[in-house]
Amino acid sequence: MLNIFEVAETNKMIEKENLDVRTITLGISLLDCIDSDLERCNRNVYEKITRVAGNLVSVGEEIEKEFGIPIVNKRISVTPMALAGAAACKAPADFVTLAHTMDRAAKAVGVNLIGGYSALVSKGMTPADEMLIHSIPQALVETERVCSSVNLGSTKTGINMDGVRLMGEVIRETAEASKEQDCAACMKLVVFCNAPDDNPFMAGAFHGVTESDAIVNVGVSGPGVVKTALEKVRGENFEVLCETIKKTAFKVTRVGQLVAQEASRMLGVPFGIVDLSLAPTPAVGDSVADILCEIGLEYAGAPGTTAALALLNDQVKKGGVMASSYVGGLSGAFIPVSEDQGMIDAVTAGALTLEKLEAMTCVCSVGLDMIAIPGKTKPSTISGIIADEMAIGMVNQKTTAVRIIPAIGKDVGDTVEFGGLFGYAPVMPVNAFSCDAFISRGGRIPAPIHSFKN
Amino acid sequence: MKKTIITVVGKDTVGIIARVCTYLADNGINIQDISQTIVQEYFNMMMIVDTSHTEKSHGDMADELKALGEEIGVIIKCQREEIFQSMHRI
Repeated sequence: MLNIFEVAETNKMIEKENLDVRTITLGISLLDCIDSDLERCNRNVYEKITRVAGNLVSVGEEIEKEFGIPIVNKRISVTPMALAGAAACKAPADFVTLAHTMDRAAKAVGVNLIGGYSALVSKGMTPADEMLIHSIPQALVETERVCSSVNLGSTKTGINMDGVRLMGEVIRETAEASKEQDCAACMKLVVFCNAPDDNPFMAGAFHGVTESDAIVNVGVSGPGVVKTALEKVRGENFEVLCETIKKTAFKVTRVGQLVAQEASRMLGVPFGIVDLSLAPTPAVGDSVADILCEIGLEYAGAPGTTAALALLNDQVKKGGVMASSYVGGLSGAFIPVSEDQGMIDAVTAGALTLEKLEAMTCVCSVGLDMIAIPGKTKPSTISGIIADEMAIGMVNQKTTAVRIIPAIGKDVGDTVEFGGLFGYAPVMPVNAFSCDAFISRGGRIPAPIHSFKN
Repeated sequence: MKKTIITVVGKDTVGIIARVCTYLADNGINIQDISQTIVQEYFNMMMIVDTSHTEKSHGDMADELKALGEEIGVIIKCQREEIFQSMHRI
């Protein structure tokens, strides 16, 4: 039978160490909403989302109450809109109407974000993909809750460099279009290499075409719990360190598994996956960078950071995999800058640079995330940064992503304020040397060889 | 059987258990196990209760116990057993 110490440990994690379920994301297929008439397509999309997700928020709140654990976000991901809207949309403006429909549906059911204003162009672009990509700045500025993602490469197909060049311009345009709001629309836009079909986290969530009609995916969190557990093993060797992380990750993930199963039962929708990611927030004690410091670094970014992050990421997976029957999504440690107070401090102290962050993305789950760069940065330079990150993902057979915010009118030394869960970010310096000739070549980088690994 | 864990944490005072038990008895909730410690004048109690025979929903019970806790000056939480079982038992 349970004892008082076990119960107290769980409640301490929830109350003092910010253990929470970061998101319940309901994936909804829009393939049956396809219609050649734009108005009918919009109506189908609205009807399907509001019907399937109608009681998502109330179910989430009921689970919160029954188990006494906060579920921070209830969200929706849909089939990439470039597919669902391809038959109906004849111009970028037509796609924008679908973004408005997604936004209205999200507001009607009470979710805070909806993902899937997306295009999958890892090898080539259809006219619909291209129109959707061109519509992204307008769609993100005119809507509140819609998130957009574009998959630009994969290990199997290589990197679509035409897409990379285009996205450099689109990110820049999106920043320009929302410069009155500190370029906040860029927070809702991410580009991927090897994008997962079942990712529950925003801005990159979409409902892949290989998924069933509707599915429940859950993202857990708990950097604070790992940090507190590590405080008790200061000075111990790596074996003890790794075991501690693994055991803690197991406990955290079990909560996610329980919530996912319960949500699946109550919604009458199959359970998809638990995403094991350690997702930080700007709240004190909810930081991945603080874990790296607890492992033994003065700041995130100091020599040793990549190794520390590699072991953290690996142990989180090892502990989490046994705790859940299905694991998926991104599953690893997130290293966003603006959403993690420890990372912000590291950048401010001069310990963490863009180049070091890039190295860190080789061994952890996502990529260059929530990073503010000078507004004067050229679109081709943004494309260069994206291409580098895509190459890391392609060669290492992992997901990588770029979510950067060109801070229009600001430069190194300034700060960009996003507010709430998104935090704030110091503008980071970018290597100013040109890659124009490289980016303007056009075409695609072939898929890498899968043998002769060195 | 539907098991629920009730935890009470706060400054020790006369009659905390009595008040909580009265509420449970009035609502047909059977207590299966109680453990209690006092650490530096702080009262810490855990109860495992059977809620299969109560007419109250979990939400109402949690809200009413929370209100009772505020009246006494302690924090009362009411959570389904599965969250602890899943975390601490394989």
